[in-house]
Amino acid sequence: METKSKILQALENQDVSISFDDPLENDMILNMGPQHPATHGVLRLLIRLDGETILGTVPEVGYLHRGYEKMAENMTYHEYIPHTDRLDYLSPLSNNVAYVLAVEKLAGIEVPRRAQFIRVIICEMARIMSHLVAMGSTAMDIGALTVLLWGFREREKLQDIQDVFTGVRFTTSFTRIGGLAQDMSDEAIAMLKNFLDQFPEKIRDVEGLLLKNRIFIQRCEGVGVISKHDAIALGLTGPILRATGVPHDLRRDEPYLIYDEFDFDIPTYNDGDALARFYIRMEEMKESVKIIRQALEKIPKGPVNAALPKKVLSSKERIYGKMEELIHDFMLINFGINPPVGEVYQAIENSKGELGFYISSLGEGAPWRLKIHSPSFINIQALPVLLKGHLISDVVAIIGSIDPVMGEADK
Amino acid sequence: MKNIKQKLIEKLKENYGTSIESVVEFQGTLTITVSREKLKDICIFLRGDFDLYFDMCKDVIGVDYQRPDFRFEVVYNLYSIKNNFRFLLKIKLQESDLHVPSVVDIWPGVNWPEREVYDFFGIIFDGHPDLRRIYMPEDFEYFPLRKEFPLMGIPGSIPLPRK
Amino acid sequence: MGLMDKDGFLTTKLDTLLNWSRKNSLWPMPMGISCCAIEMMSFAGPRFDVSRFGSEVFRFSPRQSDLMIVAGTVTYKMAKVVRKIYDQMPEPKWVMSMGACASSGGMYRSYSVVQGIDLFMPVDIYVAGCPPRPENVLNALIELQKKIARNEK
Repeated sequence: METKSKILQALENQDVSISFDDPLENDMILNMGPQHPATHGVLRLLIRLDGETILGTVPEVGYLHRGYEKMAENMTYHEYIPHTDRLDYLSPLSNNVAYVLAVEKLAGIEVPRRAQFIRVIICEMARIMSHLVAMGSTAMDIGALTVLLWGFREREKLQDIQDVFTGVRFTTSFTRIGGLAQDMSDEAIAMLKNFLDQFPEKIRDVEGLLLKNRIFIQRCEGVGVISKHDAIALGLTGPILRATGVPHDLRRDEPYLIYDEFDFDIPTYNDGDALARFYIRMEEMKESVKIIRQALEKIPKGPVNAALPKKVLSSKERIYGKMEELIHDFMLINFGINPPVGEVYQAIENSKGELGFYISSLGEGAPWRLKIHSPSFINIQALPVLLKGHLISDVVAIIGSIDPVMGEADK
Repeated sequence: MKNIKQKLIEKLKENYGTSIESVVEFQGTLTITVSREKLKDICIFLRGDFDLYFDMCKDVIGVDYQRPDFRFEVVYNLYSIKNNFRFLLKIKLQESDLHVPSVVDIWPGVNWPEREVYDFFGIIFDGHPDLRRIYMPEDFEYFPLRKEFPLMGIPGSIPLPRK
Repeated sequence: MGLMDKDGFLTTKLDTLLNWSRKNSLWPMPMGISCCAIEMMSFAGPRFDVSRFGSEVFRFSPRQSDLMIVAGTVTYKMAKVVRKIYDQMPEPKWVMSMGACASSGGMYRSYSVVQGIDLFMPVDIYVAGCPPRPENVLNALIELQKKIARNEK
């Protein structure tokens, strides 16, 4: 503890002069990040090394702490939707869904069936988008740059669909409390179908490139192993937990939206290493394709917004054309939806794990307290366990395999 | 699944009857408030009981209510994979005494969430192995999520590098 | 630069030649902090392909780069790091402030976010958007190249 604070002190100063008596007799402390290509953002690791073997790790977060929870207390429920995009910025659509689900649970709003189908579709799109980046950056960190470019090629196609679908390429803010910003256009559906037709083949390409590649397998197999018991004790969720053999997936366990109507598998592996986590992500993308296909088949016609004028924003045409809608809009924008007093917790299975929102309301327009349960934050906590005993070159493979997003971890 | 909820409430009332302050269910979220003194015992019981078996504590949440009878609440988000059941366990704190027993030895995963609550509210977890600030710089003096702290912060409290 | 009629000679000022070579081989140092970093990856990726403008060599070491792209929200805790990396870059160097957060704090009016990186370091070009589309970043790069050609600093 004392050595560490000394090192921290030394790192703060411009000239770093740490001298050990005999470098071969002593442990070395390596500072990795916050600016490092393999830490996926601004994660910082202080690693204690004996030669090349890692003895201990202290992760430092907070370099991207933006004060989300404080800001939520100072704005209405509607105003907060754009902020949820930037939590897990690899899958903005599903963050929007998670937040509005929590608010709807609090206010007791029932959403029309068509909107629920579209929400399932966008959640799964977001999962594919996130896993593509996870896949690409894991491979890039290990040395296979091609996979990153291939992943981004597919992601660009999805972002085009998102562009047509929501009007924005990246940060979507697509959901509204009680529904969606707009209905899905036929053009977007056609684009999505085209994408789904060619996507499994591209996944097979990547599998062909990596999963028989001796270098890739050797870099990942048996690296960063965590046992089932440790994973549960540390509260890990998402692919990292499922890679240890626990079939815990909130889409099955606490069905939200209409996930209980779809037929899909929850892939699990028993190895608990980086390779198993990579496999899980590949499998999950295939499952997501299956879910989107089913949803596109079964999607009913109808409205996408609940008919609750005091809680749900109406369309702009109605607001500009009708007095009553204008009054409701004014009240909603200025004073918020004023849900009843109480506290709720609602979680969804995001691409990284369980993304939950705890909202405590005192009946005002703004939440009294909003707490984000972010999967990356909890998963980064496992790094000391995962890294212990491995070589320094395995650090990048392990960080890539738990796929943290610092926007979400630091809030 | 209904059985688990009843079983949980019954078992808690049976074993810790006087320490259970309230049991509230709102929109499907079950919240049980207990007294701080018995928190650790109840957590050990919930983790160890074979029927209930709450093997995951997913999060620790601090809330600043600023009420005359109590100031802070600490909420534990407990989940049982075996029973597939979740509820919120809650304690209340006076401003004069901000000590809570740490449950890191029961669920190692609450290490960082407890540090987060300390960072935001200044609530001290007794027995925590490494209670440091997690998000804000280590020399920061205030607790940002307390209600009296202004949204834009206190100017000059964190220095910027010279231009 | 002017080409003379006979003998294939080229006459120019040394400054112009230097700036011409600098502007066409800007090596960016991707200071990817948050959401904008993903758009910055798209900007370098196969579709938008920044190598058309000579800037495909992303160097993660500040010593080897001359354009720093600050992509993302800079918090007070991160500001020291950003400044330190900026100080480590060799002259001549330029800074692009990508996105609303880096330029002005953006939507984060909160206690931990620096309200614009120009409070602690010089900035040559600001890019609007949250996050900016890759086309917009390409445009900013072209504008910056013009600025370098004009020998402004």
